[in-house]
Amino acid sequence: MSTALAEMPRPPRRAPAPRPASVATTCNLNKSYGAIVALRNLNLDVHTGELLALLGPNGAGKTTLVRMLLGLARPDAGSVSVFGADPHQGHVQPRLGAMLQVGRVPETLRVREHIDLFSSYYPAPLPLRETFQIAGIEDIKNRPFGELSGGQKQRVLFGIAICGNPDLLFLDEPTVGLDVEARRLMWSQIRTLIARGKTVLLTTHYLNEADALADRILVLDKGSIVAEGTPAEIKARAMGKQIRCTSRLSLEEVRQIPGVLSAKADRDAFELQVNSAEPVVRELLQRDSWLGDLEVTNAGLEEAFLALTQNNNADAANGRN
Amino acid sequence: MAATTFPAVAVAARRPFSRTLALYAKETKYELLKNTRIPVYAISTVAFPVMFYVLFGIVLGSGNPANRNENATYMLATMGCFGVIAVALFGFGVSLAMERGQGWLQVKRASPMPVSAYFLGKLCSAVAFSTVIMLLLLAIGFAFGSVRMPIATAAKLVGILVAGSIPFCAMGMAIGYFAKPNSAPGLVNLIYLPMSFCSGLWIPLFMLPHGLQVLAKVLPPYHLSQLALNAVGMVNNPTPAWGHVEALIAFTLLFLGLAAWGYWRDEGKTYG
Repeated sequence: MSTALAEMPRPPRRAPAPRPASVATTCNLNKSYGAIVALRNLNLDVHTGELLALLGPNGAGKTTLVRMLLGLARPDAGSVSVFGADPHQGHVQPRLGAMLQVGRVPETLRVREHIDLFSSYYPAPLPLRETFQIAGIEDIKNRPFGELSGGQKQRVLFGIAICGNPDLLFLDEPTVGLDVEARRLMWSQIRTLIARGKTVLLTTHYLNEADALADRILVLDKGSIVAEGTPAEIKARAMGKQIRCTSRLSLEEVRQIPGVLSAKADRDAFELQVNSAEPVVRELLQRDSWLGDLEVTNAGLEEAFLALTQNNNADAANGRN
Repeated sequence: MAATTFPAVAVAARRPFSRTLALYAKETKYELLKNTRIPVYAISTVAFPVMFYVLFGIVLGSGNPANRNENATYMLATMGCFGVIAVALFGFGVSLAMERGQGWLQVKRASPMPVSAYFLGKLCSAVAFSTVIMLLLLAIGFAFGSVRMPIATAAKLVGILVAGSIPFCAMGMAIGYFAKPNSAPGLVNLIYLPMSFCSGLWIPLFMLPHGLQVLAKVLPPYHLSQLALNAVGMVNNPTPAWGHVEALIAFTLLFLGLAAWGYWRDEGKTYG
């Protein structure tokens, strides 16, 4: 059943309200661990019913942010509000569910026992059978946790996150280390949740994962938000083009052309990363009538994403200095 | 302002009392299940005191029939101490250090689990294991060591040792908040074994050098063993039992204070 869901079209979302209601907000959040700055003046709004993806490389501060929203870490400065209250307050936590990155889970307890225990923590949990079904762990419910595969373990942690029927879910890198098949299965389970109207905050360092699931993406880098938008907008910004050509121009001259993000010599040709190919190609042809072997391709998703965060850093630095 | 930015969803219902009870019962049940299914834990906490009691209490004493039952009764009290201390230090200390250091405690703390349920589950598990160990030692003593005592005395001994494991649960908690998951078992052994020897749990204190006899008075197992020996009438020059109880309470508070410090220190790092 859960595999069939993977093929289902994404359920229609409610029309965006003029000013969307927030279930969680942070205001000028700052956190450092010694000399390492984890979060820098971070402002965030999680809207009701959306799936918000926090996209960023390792060490961007995603996990720290999730921990603060869960009340597991205290900000150095700034404030966190979840359902209009401090997440430490007793009435907030029963409405939250969290799938965190964990080194080791007690291995001698069976899947069913883990879910049974966590269900008992919540005032109005889902029936066990429903949790097994949504998380796709019906067939492994009697196995000890220690005997499960990586994908199965992640599904159990997912089951632990949803068993209390929370309104707001945090999924901290739910598919890290999973193979393609296990990742797709997890995606279909996350979509099931969205269809049930849950609000989800997902962290990931895969652009395609954010693209597949999110209503809105925040790109986080070095503790700050560097880009925000719908998946289409973020992809448009991140999905650059790559131009390959041979030219009599020097590498330095090529770099000077407006719109060229980066350029490098590759054997006897140049490789240029650009946002939009046409203006650059026009300029290249104008400057060098000998230009040859012209090729324009889509840049790789991950490289483009890297370029996005790097550009923003450069822009920010230039803007400030 | 906050009220306008989040939806007016009814605050989640409070847990009814019956469900709270069920929660604590489940936490305890699964803590027990988890521990009994770990062979290393079950063996090191139950098998070692039983083995040592058979060796030191029964076999060593059997050569001299005159004081055979005296030896077996004495060692019943001290090996009982040895057993319940291991349960507390491993069940509380090592397990806390591991679950904290490996992120599992954080998963639990992200849920609405009351922190008290977590610790009460561990305490109840320790109490259950301690009781089992004491019943095993008593059975062996009665069957093979000619130990004879009224049921009431035996019950008193079990009660003292099980309740007396609480200071060691507190000690385990303090260790659990400072030790790293991989080094915790070694560290506990490094503290537990010398501490037990120096408190006279293996060899009666009066047979040890004078220096050690003085040192024993600042070690918590000494005070518990004196209470246990007192219960079975094995103390020659009884200091008032109350003094040992006071000492154990003081140790409990000291270790709880250390644990609280470790908890506070931890908040900034692993938030466990």
